[in-house]
Amino acid sequence: MKIAVCIKQVPATESKIKPSSDGKEIDRTGLSYVVNPYDEFGVEEALRIKERLESSVTVVTMGTERAEEALRTCLALGADQAIHIKDDLLRGGDAYGVALVLTTALMKEHYDIIFFGKQAVDDDSGAVGIHVAELMGLPHVAVINKLDLKPEEGRALASRQIEGATEMVNIKLPAVFTCQKGLNEPRYASLPGIMKAKQKPLTTLTLADLGVDKDAVGAKGAKLVVDCIKAPRVRSTGNIIDKNPSESVEELVRLLRDEAKVL
Amino acid sequence: MAGTLVFSEQREGKVKRVALEALTAARTLQSKVGGEVAAVIIGDQVADEAKGLTAAGAEKVYLAEDPFLHYYSSEGYASIIADLAKKLDTRLILMGATMMGKDLGPKLAARLGGPFAGDCVGLEIVDEGMLVAHRPIYGGKIMSTVKSRQSGFQVATIRPNVFPVEKQTSENTIRIERITSPCDLSSLLAQVQEVVATASSKVELTEARIIVSGGRGLKGPENFNLVEDLAEALGAAVGASRAAVDAGWKPHSYQVGLTGKTVSPLLYIACGISGAIQHLAGMSSSKYIVAINKDPNAPIFKIANYGIVGDLFEILPLLTEAVKKVREG
Repeated sequence: MKIAVCIKQVPATESKIKPSSDGKEIDRTGLSYVVNPYDEFGVEEALRIKERLESSVTVVTMGTERAEEALRTCLALGADQAIHIKDDLLRGGDAYGVALVLTTALMKEHYDIIFFGKQAVDDDSGAVGIHVAELMGLPHVAVINKLDLKPEEGRALASRQIEGATEMVNIKLPAVFTCQKGLNEPRYASLPGIMKAKQKPLTTLTLADLGVDKDAVGAKGAKLVVDCIKAPRVRSTGNIIDKNPSESVEELVRLLRDEAKVL
Repeated sequence: MAGTLVFSEQREGKVKRVALEALTAARTLQSKVGGEVAAVIIGDQVADEAKGLTAAGAEKVYLAEDPFLHYYSSEGYASIIADLAKKLDTRLILMGATMMGKDLGPKLAARLGGPFAGDCVGLEIVDEGMLVAHRPIYGGKIMSTVKSRQSGFQVATIRPNVFPVEKQTSENTIRIERITSPCDLSSLLAQVQEVVATASSKVELTEARIIVSGGRGLKGPENFNLVEDLAEALGAAVGASRAAVDAGWKPHSYQVGLTGKTVSPLLYIACGISGAIQHLAGMSSSKYIVAINKDPNAPIFKIANYGIVGDLFEILPLLTEAVKKVREG
């Protein structure tokens, strides 16, 4: 199996996120970065497939200089090689532009399986993986929590949790999957893994290397642009009741019924 | 180019409430978008539901019925809607940010070459039909305003429970047109072969009007029945904090917050949840928040409309009884 995992470097989930002074992007002062948690399930699933079937695992990212750390993390976990697409012209792009660039890079090889996280925890769009499947003309299953490969039949059975039920999808390979928590339990990098990662091949590519039209991506090609960002509406503390249990409950029920009118 | 198309999601032959919310949103934007507000409904034997969409604001309903559409199909649904949108030269396509909409929206946008705005909590139309959408990012820690740069084939999914539903009072005549799939539905590369109901929760978290969630304060999985009893009395969905899920007390499908579900119910009751930033991000857009916690300094109280400082093992049974009494009238 030839497997690609597309990853994104994002601020750690416990980070406090504030808008920058111009309100166009977030204030990155003091932030620490991680591999997007949902992408880790993709990396782990790829590595588990590699343990069972002869496979190669390529991790791909698009991002600034700093994103190389995220690729090295995945190489340390056991991925074989990495592709870093890096170009200043990519700034200000939307999900469609990102998908266009990734599609071009992925089309240069034949991958049997391409993994994405179900969404990146920064822009929460959940669109890139599905866009890529569509642009590549491949079938996909999004938000999977179980993948049962049938390589000899050239297909897979993927499960995804929908509202109150599980959808079981029969899909032909090659295919794209976006990964949800529950798919597996991602491993930690070992010390030998971290040492080996430094020697593994990491290719850096620009838009020109890929042959992508620079006007179709980045800020110039974006179909959707961020106008402004701000902190969400601040909720203020309301009525905190500190009486004996039965009085507190009585008071709460009265407030819910008469003031909030939700009972 | 004009008009709005609302994808009216149905599961098991029943149109979802969020599809009606999308129809109302489409009617609100209609004067700026121009053209008709049309609905499209896809499935197997769903004609009866198509009629109901008129009352919810659709001026025209497109109906695609096929035994192969009994289950959701990303490719099948996208082909049908893309074909229709091209014929109508649609400006705006709206649907719910459900598991189906989150899958279909990006697929459709890429097929049509249109912009995609996901999980929107506010929609506007500016400058000759350009969509402006408000959407939470960073798990709700930031509110983003995005603007479209093209006026055609703009696709947006809306977060359930945020937009109102307004029924139309005028007696519109029902205009239903049958449409067919442009592709062979029997030979798609991905097909749902089975949908297995999970008995876990009767009410789906992301669509619930009321949610009762439990956290580490419950001390163990055996005490979750206190939360479930209150949820039952309220007709609510049951949620859990990440701590409770990581401890194995509840499966991941119950998790509210970052790396779990983002919810916006009318009423959210947090029981024994301290309010870690990851949790708050996923539920702070709820209309009313109630916190029950023994620690008066728990961060959850900072965002709660109403809070009780106390022992949930005493409070919850009393609250469940009190709710039952109110509900019984």
